Amino acid sequence: MQYTLKVNGEHHSVDVDNDTPLLWVLRDELGFKGVKFGCGVAACGACTVHLDGVASRTCVLPVEDAVGLEITTIEGVADGETLSDIQTAWIDHQVPQCGYCQSGMIMAVTALLEEIPNPSDEDIDASITNICRCGSYHRIRKAIHAVAKAREEANV
Amino acid sequence: MSDAKNTPKKKMSRRKFLLATGGVIGGGLVVGFAALTPQHKATQKLIGDKTPLLSSWIKITEDNKVHVIVPHVEMGQGSHTSLPMMAADEMDADWNLVTMEQAPAHAAFANEPLGEGFILGNADIPDVFAPIINKAFFQIAKGMELQITGGSTAVRFTGQYGMRVAGAAAREMLIKAASESWDIPAKELVAENSFVLHKASGKRASFGELAPTASTYTPNPTPKLKSPDTFTIIGTSKKRFDIPAKVNGTAVYGIDAEVEGMLYGAIRHVPVFDCAITNVDSDTASSMPGVKKVVRLDNAVVVVADKYWRAKKALDQIKISHSDSASCSLSSDDLYRQFADALENGDPELDIDTGDATAVIDASEDVLTADYRVPFLAHATMEPMNCTVRIQDGKVDIWTGTQTPITAKSIAAKIANVDIDKVTYHPCMLGGGFGRRIHQASDYVAPAVKVAMEVGAPVKLIYSREEDMQQDAYRPALLSRFKAVVSDSGNIDAWHNLYTDKNEPVEAPIIPYAADNNYTGVVRSTSHVPFGPWRSVDHSQHAFFIESFIDELANKSGTDPYEFRLKKLQEKPRHRAVLERVAEMAGWHTPTPLGRSRGIALHESFGSIVAEVAEISVNNGNVKVHKVSCAVDCGFPVNPDSARAQIESGIIYGLSAALFGEITIEGGRVIQENFPDYDVVRLAEAPNIQVEFINSGKELGGLGEPATPPIAPAVMNAIFTATGKRIRSLPLSNHTLV
Repeated sequence: MQYTLKVNGEHHSVDVDNDTPLLWVLRDELGFKGVKFGCGVAACGACTVHLDGVASRTCVLPVEDAVGLEITTIEGVADGETLSDIQTAWIDHQVPQCGYCQSGMIMAVTALLEEIPNPSDEDIDASITNICRCGSYHRIRKAIHAVAKAREEANV
Repeated sequence: MSDAKNTPKKKMSRRKFLLATGGVIGGGLVVGFAALTPQHKATQKLIGDKTPLLSSWIKITEDNKVHVIVPHVEMGQGSHTSLPMMAADEMDADWNLVTMEQAPAHAAFANEPLGEGFILGNADIPDVFAPIINKAFFQIAKGMELQITGGSTAVRFTGQYGMRVAGAAAREMLIKAASESWDIPAKELVAENSFVLHKASGKRASFGELAPTASTYTPNPTPKLKSPDTFTIIGTSKKRFDIPAKVNGTAVYGIDAEVEGMLYGAIRHVPVFDCAITNVDSDTASSMPGVKKVVRLDNAVVVVADKYWRAKKALDQIKISHSDSASCSLSSDDLYRQFADALENGDPELDIDTGDATAVIDASEDVLTADYRVPFLAHATMEPMNCTVRIQDGKVDIWTGTQTPITAKSIAAKIANVDIDKVTYHPCMLGGGFGRRIHQASDYVAPAVKVAMEVGAPVKLIYSREEDMQQDAYRPALLSRFKAVVSDSGNIDAWHNLYTDKNEPVEAPIIPYAADNNYTGVVRSTSHVPFGPWRSVDHSQHAFFIESFIDELANKSGTDPYEFRLKKLQEKPRHRAVLERVAEMAGWHTPTPLGRSRGIALHESFGSIVAEVAEISVNNGNVKVHKVSCAVDCGFPVNPDSARAQIESGIIYGLSAALFGEITIEGGRVIQENFPDYDVVRLAEAPNIQVEFINSGKELGGLGEPATPPIAPAVMNAIFTATGKRIRSLPLSNHTLV
């Protein structure tokens, strides 16, 4: 089946089976390899992208359900060479270890901070359920709070 | 640690120890360091590889950049940064001008003449290794020869005995070049920030300018190493080189490999480990869209298709039958019964037998006994196992994340029936290792090579999470049976521990505490479930057993568990210091916050001593770990922030296992399939972690693994304090605390 997908602001045409998860279309048809396969059952969050700004796990999402939506992957988070404040905080706090989960983690956190600009620890616990086997959670939490604080101060 | 005073004064011959120069990587000074050993010859024979391997390389280019080429893979442990730090510090290089390059596991990179001295000339061990020979020799051999990344070895061995020596030798050569060019004695010259300076005259030249002359000298194999008080880079926190690519999706892992004309493979193994396929019903699958071939292997079937999803869907339609074996009816409970039976009836091999623990126990009317056990565990790396293979014109190319690239190459060479120098390994980032990607048979490489041969096209083989979890090499389940006699004054009169399996390291079950009589040994009782090293290997089981039972002894003698341990460490000043530090960090002697309880544990592994205090609460039977304080003596941390990250990581990895981790065997196979039934710690369960390092200045210890062992007992001891219930088997999720 032919589908047109809008990824990071650009339209792409793909020819895949209608039940193909968006994950594999993004990775193997369109080359957005930053989107990662982790579990295939939407349990780990490594495949998280934004669909119309909502953090979504793509390993169980049929491609046809993504047609007409604004898809944003980790490759579309930076503004050209300029990293987002969240990506920068990830470097400042030296968050990633193996790094495999961090694309999904950054997408989940980006959506959270859009929804709740200054999340409490409880908000973070409830919203960010992605798995990191290297256990970078302690730093993720610190980085989230740092970004929220910096944004608040920038707006004052 | 080895500083100048440990460096042998004796001049070594080139046959015994080689540093070499040359322009093999294009221009400028190149210093390579070769450590080649008797094991190397044996290993080479084994894997059929004639390639001498270098432990480390330093290259200086004319633009004054220092390129440090690292033989270990990066799996998040940070050695791609800490190893260059060690070389750069010895050189007195400007850190801002230092870059890292991953050494490929490739013949073109290894310098044959450089290694010949060791391989062909002499089997002696380099004198520079003498101070650590017994303890570390095997690790060096493993780590350097096979480019293995594991065993918490990179910084301890490659860094300490490769990078620092090569860096110091390069520095001497650069100073000599300036000395001869300026006709000024070398002792009047200093190296600073990638320049050689003559302070009296103000003369200066960059490393890049001096490199061409320096590269004509023979390196000194025993250069004078810096004393730690003059380090300028080691011991400071440097940002990791690998992180920027990990925040924008550009880091390339094995699963991201792209090869022209590549097909995709989905694999399903026979679920019972020691059984073979007897029949494959693939009629439906073969005719599904995009399917190119169904490949039957001895113990697995692989569907190859033009797209991964199509391969996976077709695989779901395949029915396989397999041979029968005695293990087909085995369950975890059967195995635990088998272990218990072994402890009753088996012949122990002893780790320690001092005094006569059995006699003391037999004579006592007040013996404390307890059985502890832990289950099998999977590694569950975030990146499922995968391997991409291209076989073309008699050459084999492989892309995969592995902790043992040379082994992967040799396996591929054997299967494809080519010389190992026809195999190219393309280094990739590892989406987690933890021991999974160190498998001696490179179990996920072999099927990929076979399938690529069968279909005659490049293939990327990807394990589903279910396959990854059910075809792992597992942390073994273990049973440990304790008996002890503790006196009224809190003395351990007798310590008796028999357990059921042993892999490595051998010292894992040895207690650091003074005991008048100590009998510790193994009665081997294994299973068909394949063994794999799992972050900290045997330490992961024994720290839980020992540190829990020690807590029982403390409780029995009515002594504070911290004081109880401390009193038995009179001969272990480093252990004492770590324990004292963690008690201070955790406020052990101050009242716990309302509703909270603390537990403490101490364990040494891979040369590092780690103590942890867990602060927990129990509400309606639910345990929450709020805070973990952790004190570490690893000698000293090379890159402190990165070291801290490793400690945090080790704690979370161990906590996942302590709270939730269990692989269960039923009908000879693994029951768990995916994260929903093999749960792990997420943000909501992740405690606040405080880490402090004690700079003892002792031999460098590892950091990747040593924080994992103490967390389970620290948490379970805290639960005992909170509830009075002693948790003697893991995971905690199997217990009810209400």
